[in-house]
Amino acid sequence: MTDKSQANEQRPDSAAASQIAPALAIELSGINKHFGPVHANKDIDLKVARGSVHGIVGENGAGKTTLMSILYGFYTADSGEIRVGGKQVTINDSSHALELGIGMVHQHFMLVDNFTVLENIILGAEDSSLLQPSLDKARKVLAQLADEYELNVDPDALIEDLSVGAQQRVEILKALYRGADILILDEPTGVLTPSEADHLFRVLETLRAQGKTILLITHKLREIMAITDEVSVMRQGAMVKTLQTKDTDPAELAELMVGRRVLLRVDKGESVPGDVKLAVEDFVVKDDMGITRVKGINFEVRAGEIVGIAGVSGNGQSDMLEAISGMRKAASGKLLVKGQEIIIDGDDGAAKMRDMGVAHVPEDRQEQGLVVTFEQWENAILGYQDDDAYGEGVFLSIPAARAEANEHIKKFDIRPANNRLKVANFSGGNQQKIVLAREMSRDPDVLIVGQPTRGVDIGAIEFIHNQIVAMRDAGKAVLLVSVELDEIRSLADRILVMFDGHIVGEADPATATESELGLLMAGVSNDDVSVSNGASVSNQENVALKASDEKSAERNMQGESK
Amino acid sequence: MIVRKPLPRWADLILVPFLNLSLAFAISGLVVLMIGESPVEAVKILIFGAFGYGEGLGYTLHFATNFVFAGLAFSIASHAGQFNIGAEGQAYVAGLGAILVALALDQTHWLIVMPIAMIAAAALGGFWGFVPGYLAAKRGSHVVITTIMFNFIASAFMVYVINNFLKPPENMAPESASVVNAGKMPQLREWWDYFGYSPLNVMFFVAILALILTYILLWRTELGYKIRTMGANPSAAHYAGISNSKIVMIAMTISGGVAGMIALNEVLGVQNRLVLDFVFGYGFVGIAVGLMGRNHPIGIALAALLFGALYQGGQELAFMMPAVTREMILVIQALVILFTGAMEGLFRGPLEMIFGMIEMSSSSDDADKDDASASSQG
Repeated sequence: MTDKSQANEQRPDSAAASQIAPALAIELSGINKHFGPVHANKDIDLKVARGSVHGIVGENGAGKTTLMSILYGFYTADSGEIRVGGKQVTINDSSHALELGIGMVHQHFMLVDNFTVLENIILGAEDSSLLQPSLDKARKVLAQLADEYELNVDPDALIEDLSVGAQQRVEILKALYRGADILILDEPTGVLTPSEADHLFRVLETLRAQGKTILLITHKLREIMAITDEVSVMRQGAMVKTLQTKDTDPAELAELMVGRRVLLRVDKGESVPGDVKLAVEDFVVKDDMGITRVKGINFEVRAGEIVGIAGVSGNGQSDMLEAISGMRKAASGKLLVKGQEIIIDGDDGAAKMRDMGVAHVPEDRQEQGLVVTFEQWENAILGYQDDDAYGEGVFLSIPAARAEANEHIKKFDIRPANNRLKVANFSGGNQQKIVLAREMSRDPDVLIVGQPTRGVDIGAIEFIHNQIVAMRDAGKAVLLVSVELDEIRSLADRILVMFDGHIVGEADPATATESELGLLMAGVSNDDVSVSNGASVSNQENVALKASDEKSAERNMQGESK
Repeated sequence: MIVRKPLPRWADLILVPFLNLSLAFAISGLVVLMIGESPVEAVKILIFGAFGYGEGLGYTLHFATNFVFAGLAFSIASHAGQFNIGAEGQAYVAGLGAILVALALDQTHWLIVMPIAMIAAAALGGFWGFVPGYLAAKRGSHVVITTIMFNFIASAFMVYVINNFLKPPENMAPESASVVNAGKMPQLREWWDYFGYSPLNVMFFVAILALILTYILLWRTELGYKIRTMGANPSAAHYAGISNSKIVMIAMTISGGVAGMIALNEVLGVQNRLVLDFVFGYGFVGIAVGLMGRNHPIGIALAALLFGALYQGGQELAFMMPAVTREMILVIQALVILFTGAMEGLFRGPLEMIFGMIEMSSSSDDADKDDASASSQG
């Protein structure tokens, strides 16, 4: 509370405003929203105090993003009341939300890549048909904002040249420039390195100190604990509880989110590595644009071990995964499965790898791993459609495919247990289970897993992690790529860190600290890390920021936008 | 309070098209009214002309046969994510195959001519579809552009071929020699004189067979699975080891081949010779048929029947009501295409609201259902 009163004193103008305005920035009551058969928001009540950071947590599909989209005018609620600053409003579109002082920073940035920062800032907020006056004005305001909130960005830089962290700052500046008093941030740290995330939190703290209200949507409980004043938990479209952050802890929040007690770490025994099942030698991969993404990497994965590839999204992991799974031809180097070199040519290389016993859980299940407009049983055979088990010759045996699908549903507890349901109607976690069930059920020798729990709820994460460990224990070679450091650390038997297309280091998950890995992920090699701890703290941040700003910027963005 | 509910299947498949059609006819009715004729009378004439007597029905089914082939051609490509609007040209070129076989084998038996002519027509039509498919798969050309261009190429090519190779020297008109014997597709009136002088022929049964085979192809075979996967999500197809380029080429070839069947129906079923522009826009109407039929054989059959009836009934109308010109019939057909194809979603939103309101007012167990579905989504 002291924070808030201080904030008001510091900003006389906003203090004056809040004398008439009540203490609540936002008040939602009885919000309902349906999408088809899905009741995404059920009678949601939410009160957000002015000048506070309010966290909203919940599993994926709990309805957080829907609720915020309603507040931002992206969707219209089926029913319910919205009060902003005590006044009842109907928000029909985002420009209306902006007029009310609500700004949103989306998970996927809404920026024009080949425009400068300034041009993006004024986009849609131009004062006249001539741009120059707006640009000049924006430049002044920007300098002011940068001072006030530690939001430093070169106004003349092109967006595509900026790091992801800097792009996010542009998004925040955009909202502030439009006079936002209430900022909604949707999963803001998903694409950031640990140090970029720290920077973001410092910015948020400054914003709070200046009297802005911040709504933070996240599924990372640690962030909630670190920055929020209050936290609301959503589950299955309903608001479960709103708590004072200082009175709660991650375990309680996790339990509220899932509705039962959750084990936050993975139980696994020692690995017993066997023969090399998968190996790459001097592996170089180019993307569709001809840009080299993977710059000569070497590693091997043995039977009975999980090799985790850590790294900030966009450092070549996606292209590497595509090449190893046969979807993309390597530019040079060797890909060996069970000692045999595989040459990918043509655009059906994925079939070749499957024939070799390599199963692949892709990074993006909706984009690659599933056909969401197909029913679950049709997805249960995706990639294995030529198998005689699902119909001999040219025909497809629907009964056989449905039997297989039911098998998956049973073994992986896929809900609802209905193989005729379109995959789009399953939750993220269940969609991921549909993919995992398919890829794990065929007894592969090698399992390649990309972002196994992206957008998956905590309850399902536990299950998926156990399944991956079970594959390892069954003697499969598992290659795990994830941007979630916690996930890599708890699952992998060996960690390789990827940065800018190179494997920049190897770490033992048992001994490596998060900051060591964080440094590696930011492109500082093993040797550089061995500075004394005290000195490295500030250093670390600078180096990390600089490295990621300069080097990974372009890659990050292109990796993301792909 | 506004609640939207997704439409039940029956409303989606029957009510929406029905409302769209009604609106099209209502506006057509206004047009008829404006020129001083009675819309009720016009509808009577139209329906009677299309279904009321044997010859009319025969014509309706004959036109519907063309539309089935054209609609299937469109939708097979469409399932692979390709917008093939070149059925017109593909059918046109296929006519060459049909007439050459029929002329060569005119002295045999239609049971010999028909399958071989079908293969020849399918091969040429298929080739005309394959080339845009190849260009799309290997060179990234957009099939909408290439198939349009191929319609023009087909047009010029056929004029050249007919004038320079197929036209008998003694003939003045730009058309091939006529088939007189086995090259003609047997007319159904030879067995049922109920059909009067209508050109309904055995290709009608081929069309029904094509509907069934298309269903089997798309939903009961591995190839169909791959085609649909490719159309629904090319990245997922790539991930699944399905060669995108092969599927595009295969689907475009099959599509062109099916379009080629129009040639048999028209060239060997009606004209008995290859004439200029015998496809007469059937290929283009096939786009509307495919869209209206939701790319499903049953829908295509119904949509083809509707357009067949419009064609035949429209001609009857133009004949019976002199004030209604042929151009006006085209306007009515265009209105149907506009409302069922292009503005298909017109009634969807309002209907969803109405259904939502109905459910809201009559729901006691609704809340439970929502809970169940939401928890499954959660």
